[in-house]
Amino acid sequence: MKISRRRFLAASLACGAATSLTVTKNALGAGTFEGYPEGMGVLVDLTRCVGCRSCEAACNKEQNLPEPAQPFDDTSVFDQTFHGGQKRRPDENAYTVVNRYDQPDGKSPVFRKIQCNHCNEPACLTSCFVNAYTKTKEGAVVYNPKVCVGCRNCMIACPFQIPAYSYSSAFDPVVKKCIFCYDTRLKYGKPPACVESCPQGVMTFGNRKELIKIGNDRIKARPDRYVDHIYGENELGGTGWMYLAGVDFEQVGFDTTVGKEPIISNVKEFLGTVPMVLAIWPALFTGFHLLAKKKEHHSHAEQEDADQ
Amino acid sequence: MYTTWKKYLGGIMLVAFCLVPAAQGWTQDPPRTIELDSLSHLYEGVTFDHVLHVDLGESCAVCHHHGTGAPVQDENCARCHSNAEKTKVVTCKECHPVDPFSAEYLRERELDAKLYHRDKPGLKAAYHQNCMGCHEEMGGPTGCQDCHGRTEAGDAMFRAGAYAPQGGAAPSQH
Repeated sequence: MKISRRRFLAASLACGAATSLTVTKNALGAGTFEGYPEGMGVLVDLTRCVGCRSCEAACNKEQNLPEPAQPFDDTSVFDQTFHGGQKRRPDENAYTVVNRYDQPDGKSPVFRKIQCNHCNEPACLTSCFVNAYTKTKEGAVVYNPKVCVGCRNCMIACPFQIPAYSYSSAFDPVVKKCIFCYDTRLKYGKPPACVESCPQGVMTFGNRKELIKIGNDRIKARPDRYVDHIYGENELGGTGWMYLAGVDFEQVGFDTTVGKEPIISNVKEFLGTVPMVLAIWPALFTGFHLLAKKKEHHSHAEQEDADQ
Repeated sequence: MYTTWKKYLGGIMLVAFCLVPAAQGWTQDPPRTIELDSLSHLYEGVTFDHVLHVDLGESCAVCHHHGTGAPVQDENCARCHSNAEKTKVVTCKECHPVDPFSAEYLRERELDAKLYHRDKPGLKAAYHQNCMGCHEEMGGPTGCQDCHGRTEAGDAMFRAGAYAPQGGAAPSQH
């Protein structure tokens, strides 16, 4: 078929524009964020935790959470299980919980504090289409209940299953999770309430990059005491709250299969090609269609010529 | 005939002898009990039986890991700190800050590039890590209230005692 020069130039321009809409450097840049330079973090040393639950009590007070079912010095909560064997987890009334992991051979149990890990590239933030989550420059991942539509995709996305939902509220349910005490403390450079309350110095608050150095120094000074890994240093692109332990991390409930790529890497290459596909495929398939129908049109024209 | 100073020599020597420990900063024996109450808010202060612990430990350095002149006990520390120097003050709070995470303290540490020990625990953590470590090994008290009872404010925060939740509410998770 004959294409006029004008149509050819117009089509090329359109294809060029479409290709320029494809994945930009910015979009591909997602997944390489290593945290703000002044981002704070917390190093949680599980070899020091004795399960006193002072952190749970401090969080409850600081965040004005409702009265718990049991007092915070009640250690029988460590024996509670849910859904056939699962230990406690943060919920709408408790932004942080401590669980006990018994060890074999009469060794003392390991206690583990769970809370939002304030990832560098959070999955909750990635999955939220209304931008309800923000990674602040101080390092906290905070949530804005005013724009939230309650889709709860963030709860599905979080690889640590942290965001909890206030199902108990009929008319104003919101996502509930640890906010690193941003509003009351972190904004002003102060450590969160749990860190301040801990009698054993389990949590060390500081600049995230500095904490990685401190963690490595601790491992080097006492290699018999620590497993040679800082959980959260690289996991999922790095988390603000990192862990040291004296036993293998799987044994104390950590997911060691999460990998080093942030959650956004699962979709960013695929999604980056969408503009290009939407622009080029119609043109491409129209071209195929016209090529395929070319014979018909020609024979149709010949027929008309022959008839005349 | 004695010169004046020779007459008083005995007296002078006696006084000088008594001044030697004072010159080192210790004018008396270590205290018998010590009130550790610089952090008391949620828990009462600890009445620490110093005499008991002096008898229990082989060396001052078991608890006062440096500063008393006794050689350092931890083999990891001893690799660098083989000289045991005496300091004037040997209390924990002399070196371990009450607030180890204040912006000022963190800033100071950040500015001091040559500082080697960047991981110094705060005072509360130092007390507990030092005391509890040994108590666990030697069978000493390890419960929170074994050493210091909770205050009213402490009971309120822990929702314990008079502030305990009423009724046998089921755990909030479903």
